[in-house]
Amino acid sequence: MSAAPDHTPTFAALSLSDRLEKAAPFLLVPVLVVLGFFAIGTTSSWLTLTVSGLAMGMMIFIMASGLTLVFGLMDVINFGHGAFISVGAYVGISVLLALSGWTGAPSLVLNILAVLLAVFAAIAVTGALGWGFERVIVRPVYGAHLKQILVTVGGLIVIEQLIQMVWGPEEIFLTRPEMLKGAVTFAGAAVEKYRLLAVVIGLILFVAMRMVLLRTKIGLIVRAGVANGEMVEALGYRLRIVFIGVFIAGSALAGLGGVMWGLYQEVITAGMGEEMMILVFIVVIIGGLGSVEGAFIGALLVGLLQNYLAFLEPKLALISNIALMAAILMWRPQGMLPVVKAK
Amino acid sequence: MSDPILTLSGVHTDIAQYHILEGVDLQVPRGGVTMLLGRNGVGKTTTLRTIIGHWKAKSGTISFDGSDITALPVPARARAGIGFVPEDMGIFGDLSVEENMVLAAVSGPLDPARLDWLFTVFPPLKTFWKSPAGTLSGGQKQMLSIARAMAEDRRLYLIDEPTKGLAPAIISTMAGALRELKRQGASILLVEQNFSVAKALGDTVAVMENGRIIWTGEMAQLATDAALQERLMGLSMEAH
Amino acid sequence: MLVKLLSGDKPNSVVLTIILLIILVCLALAPFLFPGVRSLETAARICIFIVLVASYDLLLGYTGIVSFAHTMFFGLGAYGVALASDHLGRGFGPLLLGTTLGALAAGVLAVLIGLFSLRVRAIFFAMITLAVASAVAVLVSQFSTITGGEDGLNYSIPRALTPAFRLGEIAGVKINGKILNYYLIFFCSGALFLLLLRIVNSPFGRVLEAIRENEFRAEAIGYKVVWYRTAATCLSAAVAALAGSLFAIWLRYVGPDTTLSFEIMLDILLMVVIGGMGTMYGAVIGATIFVLAQNYLQNLMGVAEEATANLPLLPHFLDPDRWLMWLGVLFILSVYFFPTGIVGRLRAGRQG
Repeated sequence: MSAAPDHTPTFAALSLSDRLEKAAPFLLVPVLVVLGFFAIGTTSSWLTLTVSGLAMGMMIFIMASGLTLVFGLMDVINFGHGAFISVGAYVGISVLLALSGWTGAPSLVLNILAVLLAVFAAIAVTGALGWGFERVIVRPVYGAHLKQILVTVGGLIVIEQLIQMVWGPEEIFLTRPEMLKGAVTFAGAAVEKYRLLAVVIGLILFVAMRMVLLRTKIGLIVRAGVANGEMVEALGYRLRIVFIGVFIAGSALAGLGGVMWGLYQEVITAGMGEEMMILVFIVVIIGGLGSVEGAFIGALLVGLLQNYLAFLEPKLALISNIALMAAILMWRPQGMLPVVKAK
Repeated sequence: MSDPILTLSGVHTDIAQYHILEGVDLQVPRGGVTMLLGRNGVGKTTTLRTIIGHWKAKSGTISFDGSDITALPVPARARAGIGFVPEDMGIFGDLSVEENMVLAAVSGPLDPARLDWLFTVFPPLKTFWKSPAGTLSGGQKQMLSIARAMAEDRRLYLIDEPTKGLAPAIISTMAGALRELKRQGASILLVEQNFSVAKALGDTVAVMENGRIIWTGEMAQLATDAALQERLMGLSMEAH
Repeated sequence: MLVKLLSGDKPNSVVLTIILLIILVCLALAPFLFPGVRSLETAARICIFIVLVASYDLLLGYTGIVSFAHTMFFGLGAYGVALASDHLGRGFGPLLLGTTLGALAAGVLAVLIGLFSLRVRAIFFAMITLAVASAVAVLVSQFSTITGGEDGLNYSIPRALTPAFRLGEIAGVKINGKILNYYLIFFCSGALFLLLLRIVNSPFGRVLEAIRENEFRAEAIGYKVVWYRTAATCLSAAVAALAGSLFAIWLRYVGPDTTLSFEIMLDILLMVVIGGMGTMYGAVIGATIFVLAQNYLQNLMGVAEEATANLPLLPHFLDPDRWLMWLGVLFILSVYFFPTGIVGRLRAGRQG
């Protein structure tokens, strides 16, 4: 008879150290930002680096969020996720290049219109591609991790090759629309407009995603499904359909991330998705598989650390991500906020 | 037994390479509580999981309220009117009690009148309405799990060991809840190790052994016949 | 005697036995059967990739874990030989030293990665190896003062292993150091392959398979799953590094593209899957077919592209640059429809 007393829920008994332990992942980003301030010394450089670190982190988060949910929900590990990043970038950038008259014009309205069109095109194409990918590549290998990894890697190769066939093997250079060029000066620091925008978009998406997950019934189903999919089905929900929806949304988000990353780097290559995948995986692992919040924190940590170190000790920045991953896994082998499986 | 709500005939189920159910024939009568008894590991949980569809029957048929559900996926069986309370309770620990209950109302918003009724059956649910379900005690989780199955009107409830590991006081709450459910006219298939609970609740009994049903009959008969109990369930009952 | 050499693991299929024998004879007599620089190049590559793929199969097929760091271990062995020869000058001593250090480094790194990832979930391993391997590739290309960066390293190996060392003629074939070098590769590869065969057929190998089939049961019986998986990773990495050392001795050059690239990783995956996962002989078949195809089929695609130049769209698909795409398609199809590979099919055919 190990049942707890009937009247007290156990969380009331949490000690301070337990609470700190629980809250620790949420404190890591502020702590890193403060540490960065002391290490860098000058406020202006610190501000510039912090904004670009946050911008990078937000973009990685946008790419990673779908992957972590797809894993949590159906235990599917999709190594082909990177293909959506590349395809999104190519589609979006092609639209922007085709609309160079609009993007080159100093008109805010035309600029915004062109970017919106590019983003919608990228989301539509990668969403559709995600739907097809789920049907053709992923569905036959449910429940078999080994095959999932192999087959989705195969899918990644094929899609990358198709990109090279359609757009050619060379990288494509681009310039941002007029309104996204240049920087604003703030407290003596030059902050690129585009990075600010990326931070804002990332925040909006994160908040929106949390609202959906916390406040809607679909969100409830997704959260419950990540914890215990079998029970969600036993209640009467068709988890497969929810999963397909999440897969498509995740692919579309990866596509959006691809466009944003392309505009950030001002160059795109067919292999960019594959390269980003490595960061995405690191983020998903250190965040805790299945956790959107964890991926968010992880992405910001990766972005900030990389930018700070690139300034402080460029050679060290090359391995900053691996070092971060090793450190976090030593602290929490399951990642920062692993989703507690009910089984 | 005329017009049972659930009929299993010749159901075989494999889990990986293990043959667990070896031809289960079972009828659950409409209304009332059917107890599924037997030693540990004879296939009681597997039988419930095969009925809801978490394990696929390799052969045999399952018919529910006149229609064959053998090939239906899990959600369709649930929507057809089967409520399932698994052995591990299947609580969504990160979600609040409220969210657990909102999810349980599959076909729309939670009915306030029904919720009030559930609050009277399980008062702790009201107290901890906004708390994460993972922080509840074992008994409270079990109440939530059963309340979840009762959030909508189901025609059949599959309940797996609702009193396992609970304190006596909570067991009586649980038994009261099941009696309440029975009074509403629901049909219940209940796996139970605690024979005194089984005796108090059960109308009919099916006893399993080695993946088969070896005896079916009235609870009244089994309850009064110690020799029969000994023969059917052996030592497993002595503990209680 | 022969069966003992194969650790009792017979090919178990007449056709398979014949194919394996043909491959063995062709490789053993390659300098005489197929004279010419290019065919010797191909034969040596086949020998080395057989070992590399077999060592990967120890992980993928026998232990059931996916690694994307196998080229990293391969590269460690290759760079070990290259750096030792570069710094200590030509000689067998540096070759041996580089080989040993490379294999040791690979083993240690594999244990570290294993302890980080295998402790929690086996699928962590795939993601973490991918991240680590890419970080190492970046480091190698960035620290060009040590590694030669993208250009790689050229170095000298003992004169006895180079074409400049002439010995005379046998059966009309001029015997020189390059041919000696080939036989060094051939016999080392053969020995490593037999060693792997021994490992998978030992009690250790049986435990690995038991874990692959049912992790929980193996754990329940009392095997330390993490320990076994880490040990398999370590062995596999060390053998891959040895294959890398052989490759470096053969090529007299190492660079990121020839040893570390993700493309080679994909090649290895494909060879394992096509040959047959979980059968060491699959590595032999997979590597042989793949290397031959890589060397000769790409030419064929070029011809086909020209032949169809007037048709719409088709030539784009047949462009030799699209080689990788066809590999990808083949890869997906093999995993779906051909999960036991060629060896699995041949063995099944024997029983059927």
